Amino acid sequence: MTIKGKAYIAGIYEHPTRHAPDKSTAQLHAEVAKGAIEDAGLTKDDIDGYFCAGDAPGGLWPMVDYLGLNTKKLRHVDSTETGGCSYLIHLGHAAEAIAAGKCSVALVTLAGKPRTGPMPPRASGAEADFESAYGATTHNAYGMCAMRHMHDYGTTSEQLAWIKVAASHHAQYNPHAMLKEVVTVEDVLNSPMISDPLHRMDCCVVTDGGGAMIVTTPEIAKSLKKPLVRLIGHGEAMKGPRGGKDLDLTYSAGVWSGPRAFEEAGVTPKDIKYASIYDSFTITVLMQLEDLGFCKKGEGGKFVADGNLISGVGKLPFNTDGGGLCSNHPVNRGGMTKILEAVRQLRGEAHPKVQVKNCDLAIAHGTGGLLGVRHAASTCILERA
Amino acid sequence: MSEAKKYNAPVTNPETAPFWEAAKAGKFMIKRCTTCGEAHYFPRAICPFCFSDKTVWEESSGEATVYTYSLMRKSPTGPYAIAYVTLKEGPSLQTNIVDCDLEQVKIGQKVKLVWKPTDGAPLPFFTPA
Repeated sequence: MTIKGKAYIAGIYEHPTRHAPDKSTAQLHAEVAKGAIEDAGLTKDDIDGYFCAGDAPGGLWPMVDYLGLNTKKLRHVDSTETGGCSYLIHLGHAAEAIAAGKCSVALVTLAGKPRTGPMPPRASGAEADFESAYGATTHNAYGMCAMRHMHDYGTTSEQLAWIKVAASHHAQYNPHAMLKEVVTVEDVLNSPMISDPLHRMDCCVVTDGGGAMIVTTPEIAKSLKKPLVRLIGHGEAMKGPRGGKDLDLTYSAGVWSGPRAFEEAGVTPKDIKYASIYDSFTITVLMQLEDLGFCKKGEGGKFVADGNLISGVGKLPFNTDGGGLCSNHPVNRGGMTKILEAVRQLRGEAHPKVQVKNCDLAIAHGTGGLLGVRHAASTCILERA
Repeated sequence: MSEAKKYNAPVTNPETAPFWEAAKAGKFMIKRCTTCGEAHYFPRAICPFCFSDKTVWEESSGEATVYTYSLMRKSPTGPYAIAYVTLKEGPSLQTNIVDCDLEQVKIGQKVKLVWKPTDGAPLPFFTPA
């Protein structure tokens, strides 16, 4: 059994807002749902599968009701919650459901407003009494990964800075990007230290907004007007300290999700023309590129340096929308926008200045949770059909 | 020195209560599986490695080495150094490095256990040895 080629992404929408004090979170979900349904050329009554994660107010029941989905038709739902990579997992699960005949038009939504309202507290598990006092945040949890990566492999702040530089080169062409200014390695190194060794410019933006997609069958996708983009490989994985044995913070669960996706797709990292890589922090990108096999473990620093991730300049154009580092990181969850830009690239709808020529194979990959504590990873290989 | 940071008391539960009772007596306990021989932290009733239920409490030396750390500089409660340290007995755990010049914390540094009070059982932290 495989999901290879069984599901197509027929509709996408990224909310243009980055600051939405005048909207509700549920409203943002509805707006991105409407955008994706219209992009596909479908109607709300066509939806028979719905996917949402922890950002959806109240979860599945309230969202299905609020959106007014047709409950006589809706026959498959999934609220898998793995932080920022939830939507990459939703894409894989939607493909599984479609392949099994459990639904034919699946809607996935993400939205929220961390810039204008408080974020809900992170849920804790059995570890709470043994960890909550130590103040793990996104910044210092990823900082600990970067610190150990530098120790083990000689990775430098200059090399990490190149990741932000590349993202900023792309963001200048995105009219909706929160940060459009092109920055230099020196700019990154001169920005304030937040949590060693991560500077402010090693960190992503915090934005209100959201995104949505429609996943459907080959037959329905081919009946619509948009260029055809299909999922040909998917992987998911989890990693944590697991009792404290053999702790190694220099790799992520991507070492498992990546090979699963590549194997299913029957392609290798060398075949990839465009990469959407979750960029909550610069170190997130560097570790994931290594874990996915774009370079050897420990050589990520050399790989990302000197503009290698800049479209038209380097060998692996990444995050051509400006990514989470410069454009958008709605609800502190970057997985959805990773898929959306990969689809734009495969459709040929990216900005002409960053559009990859003959882009027929792309990867969208992300992690969720805290890379230095407990996290999930998901990899999607997408193909222009 | 600024005023000592306040920490919330652990909630505790039947599975972990012996750890916190020992903590009140100044003993830092880890769990060891008598089936596979592996030690783990935080303590579980069932071994996370071989899934045996034959786990026993064992007092740790409290001697450890810094595996990694990050000095959080932008915090409303002041800078602090989060870290993972690896105990002499094997398991690594998340903690803070405290009571020292935080700028001098280094990977590979030897550290030792120090307790910080709460309204309930004290919490384990580490400081340069």
